[in-house]
Amino acid sequence: MKKRIAALFTILFAVCFFTGCGDSGSDENTLTVLNYGKYLDPKAIEMFEEETGIQVEYEEYITPENMYTKYKAGSIDYDLICTSDYMIEKLIQEGEILEINFDGFSNLSNLDSTYFEFSKSFDPENKYTVPYFFGTVGILYNKNMVDEEDMQSWDCLWNEKYKDQIIMADSVRDSFMAALKYKGYSLNTTEENQLLEAQEILIQQKPLVYSYLVDEAQDEMIGENAALALVYSGEAGYAIELNENLAYSVPKEGSNMWIDSWFLPKTCKHQENAEKFLDFLCRKEIAAMNFEYVYYATPNKALVESLEEELQNNTTIFPPKEVLDRCEVLKTLDETATAKYNELWKEIKSTD
Amino acid sequence: MNKFKRQFLAGPYLIWIIGFILLPIIMILYYALTSQGGELTLTNILAIGTPIHRKALFLSLKLAFICTAICLVLSYPLAMILSNLRNKRQNLIVFIFILPMWMNFMLRILAWKMLLSNNGVINTVLESVGLPPLDILNTPTAVVFCMVYDFLPFMILPIYNSMARIGKDIIEAARDLGAGSFTIFFKIILPLTLSGVVSGIIMVFVPALTSFAISDLLGGGKVLLIGNVIEQAFMQEYNWNLGSGLSIVLMIFVIASMALMSAHDNEGGGAGVW
Repeated sequence: MKKRIAALFTILFAVCFFTGCGDSGSDENTLTVLNYGKYLDPKAIEMFEEETGIQVEYEEYITPENMYTKYKAGSIDYDLICTSDYMIEKLIQEGEILEINFDGFSNLSNLDSTYFEFSKSFDPENKYTVPYFFGTVGILYNKNMVDEEDMQSWDCLWNEKYKDQIIMADSVRDSFMAALKYKGYSLNTTEENQLLEAQEILIQQKPLVYSYLVDEAQDEMIGENAALALVYSGEAGYAIELNENLAYSVPKEGSNMWIDSWFLPKTCKHQENAEKFLDFLCRKEIAAMNFEYVYYATPNKALVESLEEELQNNTTIFPPKEVLDRCEVLKTLDETATAKYNELWKEIKSTD
Repeated sequence: MNKFKRQFLAGPYLIWIIGFILLPIIMILYYALTSQGGELTLTNILAIGTPIHRKALFLSLKLAFICTAICLVLSYPLAMILSNLRNKRQNLIVFIFILPMWMNFMLRILAWKMLLSNNGVINTVLESVGLPPLDILNTPTAVVFCMVYDFLPFMILPIYNSMARIGKDIIEAARDLGAGSFTIFFKIILPLTLSGVVSGIIMVFVPALTSFAISDLLGGGKVLLIGNVIEQAFMQEYNWNLGSGLSIVLMIFVIASMALMSAHDNEGGGAGVW
């Protein structure tokens, strides 16, 4: 009997304990934001909190796939998320995204309409997203360690000269992008023989690769531990600021143009707060703070026009039109294609 | 009443077990035995047979084995020397061994990454004295090296504990009866420290087998252990079912290795941390 009472207490405790964590703060004046790491000036959040009295819960993630897992796990109701083009397309297809009510926005006209055009590749009616930053993928290299001419083609990633000095991206789509573009294919291809060809050259490349990294690539390049790395333009801009021997190029075969945008997920409980925050981010001064913090190309036209000419003409940060013309935006892949990419990638990672 | 009170005290621990051990294992089992559509299936567990997964598992086993062997070879003589020192010195040296454990293990791995990198401290020093650079970063060697560094205290402490418990009088008695050093070692010291060795092996082998953070950071994405495959299944491929299936297989290997070791431990493992 006593044993049973003890057991009952235990279960009661457990129930109280676990349900207790579940639903706190749903009716408070808060805003839960999920964003890439190092992608928003913390001071901007403080300013927003002071101005509106809205309490911001801010969380970060590393890759879009991590974000998806975190969001799908469902333990936190996010109000506002920032992520990349193809992942947004996937979420739109899954019906996970709410339409944004643009009526209350007063700073939206600061954004260049060109980037809403680009956004149409994943958000055809421009009703789900607000662009935040954009850029290209290319090669960050050390001028003292490589021939700059080599850097104009993806061929450099397969050049024996740079054995053990190449950093590849530890992410499926980015690594395949380089291989597919090098072979002259679309980076959104799902054709098996093209993918197999890309896989083959990625396997051939493996002995030349120093390491596969994502966020740490820029640190390794700043520390001059490697000669060239496949990185996002924003990271390149940051690295060049810290080490003047570095430079960035987008290979002539073309590359990936990416746009990171904000959207309201279906879990959004504070839509008005989220929209207020979005409008706040479009403000020129706030966009300037975030631009200085992140150093990626901003779609905020009002801000770009007020920047110094030298910065406006910095092609690492702001890709020139002719570069963007040879770039493609990543499209989301259907389930079978995603599985195929993952399988091929795992095979690459597992070969010696 | 007294009995009731005692059981009541176990309440928090029971909640802990149910919430953080039992429930997660049930969830893993559920995911492992269902497909992404929700039907019952064994494919996630049988997926260990595919060449990539098998290779990753064998590599994990191999590295864990090497790591355990190195730890054992380093620890046993050390524990012996340690137990023969005077008490005060013993405490100081044990303290020094525990000291690195005060720091988070991730930070220690990151520190090694910096030390071993091409332009890191070690290679700069080697270069300045005219020696060839140490090129082990992003190879399995670096992964094993760091595992040994991280897990060594878990081998030393249980062996040292069991060694320290051997009474000096037993050894003196053996000497009186004419036993040489060899006999003393093989007939007395070794059997009496076996339980410490066994728990040391388990404490090193299991985390080494299941680790993924070390291979991720020091392997430069080129050393694919079974832990990395599982992490990738969860975080990159959103395939929780496959990840859970492989986790179950890994769990079986862990339990099997523990059972195998404790079967040899007829003392009951009293000397260890277990």
